[in-house]
Amino acid sequence: MVQQADIVSKKAFAFPRWLNVVLRYLYMIGLSFLLFGLILLITGKDPILSYKDIFTSTLGSVYGFSEVIVAMTPILLTGLAVALPSRIMLINVGAEGQLYIGAAFATWGALTFQTLPAWLLIPIMMLLGMLGGAAWAFIPAYLKSIGLVNETITSLLLNSVAPKIIGFLVFGFWHSAVDTNKTASFVSAARLPTFFGTRVNLGLVFGLFLLIVFWLIMKYSRWGLEMRAIGGNPQASRRNGVPLKAYIIIVFCLGGALAGLAGMVQASGYYGLLLTNFSIGWGFMGFLISWLVAGDPFGILIMSFLISVILSGGNLLQITRGVPYSIINILLALTLFVVLARPAFSKGRKT
Amino acid sequence: MTLLSILGILSSAIFSGTSLLYTALGEVIDERAGIVNLGLEGVLLVSASSGFAATVRYGNPYLGVLVAVIAGGLMNLLFGYLVITRKANQLASGLAIMFFGFGLSALIGNPYVGKSIHALPRFELPGLSSLPTVYASLFKFDILIYLVLPMAIFVWWLLFRTRWGLGVRAVGENTDTAFASGRNPRWIRYQALFAGGLLAGVGAAHISIAYAMNWTEYMTGGRGFIAVALVIFSRWHPIRAIAGALLFSAAVAMQLVLQNSGINISPFLLDSVPYVLTILVLIAWGGNRKQNAPASLGRVYQGSE
Repeated sequence: MVQQADIVSKKAFAFPRWLNVVLRYLYMIGLSFLLFGLILLITGKDPILSYKDIFTSTLGSVYGFSEVIVAMTPILLTGLAVALPSRIMLINVGAEGQLYIGAAFATWGALTFQTLPAWLLIPIMMLLGMLGGAAWAFIPAYLKSIGLVNETITSLLLNSVAPKIIGFLVFGFWHSAVDTNKTASFVSAARLPTFFGTRVNLGLVFGLFLLIVFWLIMKYSRWGLEMRAIGGNPQASRRNGVPLKAYIIIVFCLGGALAGLAGMVQASGYYGLLLTNFSIGWGFMGFLISWLVAGDPFGILIMSFLISVILSGGNLLQITRGVPYSIINILLALTLFVVLARPAFSKGRKT
Repeated sequence: MTLLSILGILSSAIFSGTSLLYTALGEVIDERAGIVNLGLEGVLLVSASSGFAATVRYGNPYLGVLVAVIAGGLMNLLFGYLVITRKANQLASGLAIMFFGFGLSALIGNPYVGKSIHALPRFELPGLSSLPTVYASLFKFDILIYLVLPMAIFVWWLLFRTRWGLGVRAVGENTDTAFASGRNPRWIRYQALFAGGLLAGVGAAHISIAYAMNWTEYMTGGRGFIAVALVIFSRWHPIRAIAGALLFSAAVAMQLVLQNSGINISPFLLDSVPYVLTILVLIAWGGNRKQNAPASLGRVYQGSE
């Protein structure tokens, strides 16, 4: 009796569910901006003007908006690269490394098959990029599938190895005549086409397309069902005839392939060449994005957009307010802190 | 290759290995309490920058070390708030701390780029004063280097020979059992994280105040990740962490030796040796199921309500 009365009283005071969600997200965003404003204030910058800069530079103009989309392209793909294995309870912290190796494979293609036309060269580079990412992901996936080493640890360690391989290749073999830190610019056939005179490239289309494919597969296919079964209870699904080892290897490598594609997109579409240490942590951001939205495809889209606003807004803040660029990492981190800490707006269970 | 260059290599290996060992010892304590801090890189950067800033401002390197140590402890407490009180995922929170450290350290260190400091004073090894000055100068170490091995033993003693260490390890193995035996897992985890942060702060102070003697953005260069790898390599044991740090130092030394002797091996590949070796060691030990990882490493303590 007491319990029932308790439930009733809780129901009477609860907000409608959707309103509760909206309020909670507004509150979290507001809180992180408030905290960052405090930090700006302490360092003697005007927070209100800074925020005005961030938003007018990103959402206030067509060019600014296009730059947000440019920043969003790689983290959309790396977010997917983490979300896919997370469906069968595999933790891929290695998207950063897979991205590097994918970019290296794609660059090899761009440098080797320079004479091919674009309609042939771009798909070759995409395949190579995905192959590279998948190959890098195969190491942790295989070790996991035979029950030897946890995939979290190995994929994390391999993150630190991959950029060094790029350094070795670029510095030792591929560098241009003028700069030992990067290759010469790719031939135009090896560049992803861009749209409407902005820097938005075809990589965005890949990202959105794969996002939809991911959603469809998880929802409607047999593979999606089996993956959900593995995520729910690996042993039970194995006894029901789901090939567990094959799933671990294939799904993890597919995740790696997505991160590798992100690397190819950045090398071919964004930079148009390969340079050492080119990633600003896109792989790690992908991990955070996927984690924050629990691998939900629509959530990945929203969250990567939000983070891109912060990233590209920070570019301008550096110029107009004279703060170091990496300060934008603080705003990024505060947003993450607030989401991770999940303050409840009304008293309810945390999910 | 001359004796002098060999000794020089040895000396620089000791310098680069010291900060790593302090950091790894701190992470051993964290992970023994069941918490893995991937954000160590960010903790190191914030400690290194604030320690350097304090040294520039007050002219006293020991004060700088103190500030760095406290900064490390505070950063870990922030991490602790996320993963212990708010029960957030440890890996994701660690990466968030890493990004936070990138930003905060740039903000703290920005006014001090290019400033010079009085570095931590160096003392000769006793009994070496009879050597020619060129040799002796290679073996003048600062106080943090002399203290690093005793510190490893102290951490071992703390973890394996004190009641406090028993509590830490109990929480790391099984939080519910630790709770049932009258311990407070959250409080113990906070303590362990704070202690680990202090040690990471010492390591960071050694990088910016004693070794590099300057501040540049991202100056820790992945040492935080190497430290996490070393902890796994040493199978969560402070004494074996010494071997791990030596291994890293040897990789650095190898690099210098090869450069000196003109053998053409890319320094990039040598840089990756510690990581590759750690993976190989994990494979070798993983087969025997003797990894000794704390059983509840990475798990969120949901409380016993």
